[in-house]
Amino acid sequence: MKILVCISNVPDTTTKITFTDNNTQFNTNGVQFILNPYDEIALARAIELTDGGNGTVTVINVGEISTEPTIRKALAIGATDAVRINAKPHDAWFVAYQVAQYIKANQFDLVLTGREAIDYNGSKVAGMIGELLDIPSVSIIKKLDISGNQVTVEREIEGGKEILSIPLPIVAGTAEGVAEPKIPNMRGIMSARTKPLTVIEPVEVKTFSEIISYETPASRGQVKLIPADDAAKLVELLHTEARVI
Amino acid sequence: MSVLVYTENADGKFKKSIFEAVSYAHAIAVQNNTNLIAISIGDVSAEELTALGKYGAEKVLNVSNEKLKNFVNQAYASVIAEAAKKQSADIVVLSNSFSGRGLAPRLGVKLEAGVADGAVSLPDQSEGKFKVKKTAFSGKAFAIVELTSANKVISLTPNSYKIVETSAGAAIEDFSPEVKASDLAAVIKEIVRATDKVSLPDADIVVSGGRGLKGPENWGMIEELADLLGAALACSKPVSDAGWRPHSEHVGQTGIAVSPNLYIAIGISGAIQHLAGISSSKVIVVINKDAEAPFYKVADYGIVGDAFEVVPKLIMAIKEYKASA
Ligand SMILES: Cc1cc2nc3c(=O)[nH]c(=O)nc-3n(C[C@H](O)[C@H](O)[C@H](O)COP(=O)(O)OP(=O)(O)OC[C@H]3O[C@@H](n4cnc5c(N)ncnc54)[C@H](O)[C@@H]3O)c2cc1C
Ligand SMILES: Nc1ncnc2c1ncn2[C@@H]1O[C@H](COP(=O)(O)O)[C@@H](O)[C@H]1O
Repeated sequence: MKILVCISNVPDTTTKITFTDNNTQFNTNGVQFILNPYDEIALARAIELTDGGNGTVTVINVGEISTEPTIRKALAIGATDAVRINAKPHDAWFVAYQVAQYIKANQFDLVLTGREAIDYNGSKVAGMIGELLDIPSVSIIKKLDISGNQVTVEREIEGGKEILSIPLPIVAGTAEGVAEPKIPNMRGIMSARTKPLTVIEPVEVKTFSEIISYETPASRGQVKLIPADDAAKLVELLHTEARVI
Repeated sequence: MSVLVYTENADGKFKKSIFEAVSYAHAIAVQNNTNLIAISIGDVSAEELTALGKYGAEKVLNVSNEKLKNFVNQAYASVIAEAAKKQSADIVVLSNSFSGRGLAPRLGVKLEAGVADGAVSLPDQSEGKFKVKKTAFSGKAFAIVELTSANKVISLTPNSYKIVETSAGAAIEDFSPEVKASDLAAVIKEIVRATDKVSLPDADIVVSGGRGLKGPENWGMIEELADLLGAALACSKPVSDAGWRPHSEHVGQTGIAVSPNLYIAIGISGAIQHLAGISSSKVIVVINKDAEAPFYKVADYGIVGDAFEVVPKLIMAIKEYKASA
């Protein structure tokens, strides 16, 4: 089994998000970048599925050279090899297009992404790759099992879940529940240095969207504290002042 | 030119988030001096379909095909794209639901359209541009995205646009799209839907519990409070990691992002990753015994106290309020 895991390089979850240049640029000053938490889940599941020499796990990232520590981390966790498409990831469409080109040339049985990248959160890359390759995609899954040529996935829906059976190849976006993230061990870290990391140049593609600027959420006023023994006061305020009940 | 809105149903019914999407799409149609067409796929009654007119749909394309009874991403995307082409719709709107997140990217590719996912307000079409505000950085910020393509796909974040009732009923028209066998490779084995509970992404009110509640056995009062308010339940990440509550209730940067009218956080410290998923809530209430908990910095109302004393009192107070209302 050949599995491809798409990985993104995102600001650490503790990052306080700020912008510069009149709110047009994300301020990366002092920001620590990490492997997207959902991609860690995808990677962990891919490693489980190929455990015991039952296939290979390739990780792919569309990014500039600065993303290589994150790619090496994925190799340390247990990916077989890595590919970096040497370009700034303009948007989900750009990323999906580049990855789809790579898949067309290299054929994979299963393509995994995270459910979303925690920076721009489109949940779009998986579906776009699926459409570009004309194969099924499932956007947010909580479970994934393979038996022969069939994949069984559990998909989240509002207030419930749906279980689907789909023939390979498919693209799936993984969420919590699919696997527990793996922590690299010493051997993994050592071997990551020598595992193959291939850098390829992007292909040209039209763009359909552009980020113009950013806004941060409006800050709230001072909190109104209500004495612990006066819950009725809170109910009254929620009714008359906030008008939410 | 027209605007097409996909109206997803759950067991034959439309949810509030769909009426929001229709109202939103109607406002976009008005901005562009054109009409709004809705498309529904699956078994939905004529009455339910006609009601979409109330929110501004002029016409409803009804796709009732045994093969398309249940949502299959690939097939539904083909149907919606075909409808968009036949109706010369250059803007397609859908709700940013779980299914919507599967559809929007496929539609974007099919229609060669820029996709604005998780829109939170009407597009700004001044100066001949088409700019949409959407959530970014897991709720820590918004991005203004310009869609530069001729066709556009927009998915609307639930609870971010108010339902507007306009005209009367919509005309229903049957639509029989082509269905390719290769689009139906995914087979649905089972759908499990808890119908007695309010689903978290759609909820108006959310009651959320954290590690301060000490253990799963203490969720009785949280559930009672949620039931009284018609609220959905949520929790912090450590709570679902510990298995006290299911992962589907975990909110935050690595969980579900919610934007209810009222978010009540009980025994949650307010870590930055938690706040990311809930910061677009309209009103935030915090109950925490530690007056220094970071959550108070972003709360509208707070009660500093022990949850095991405060919550039962709050339940009493709501019962009294309900009895007198
Ligand atoms: C990569 C990453 C991603 C993460 N993603 C998320 C995410 O998506 N969502 C999320 O929630 N967290 C996330 N976290 C975890 C986050 O950093 C915090 O650890 C977590 O939110 C804390 O949960 P908590 O507030 O329930 O627990 P704690 O931080 O332990 O806080 C418990 C609170 O309860 C209060 N308390 C205790 N007893 C009582 C009582 N009797 N009555 C009232 N109050 C009481 C305490 O004062 C305290 O403030 C993430 C962390 C990482 C590293
Ligand atoms: N630059 C990138 N390179 C490779 N994969 C990516 C990149 N950006 C996003 N992805 C993948 O797509 C998933 C969803 O991202 P998004 O659609 O942007 O929310 C992520 O979890 C990754 O698996």
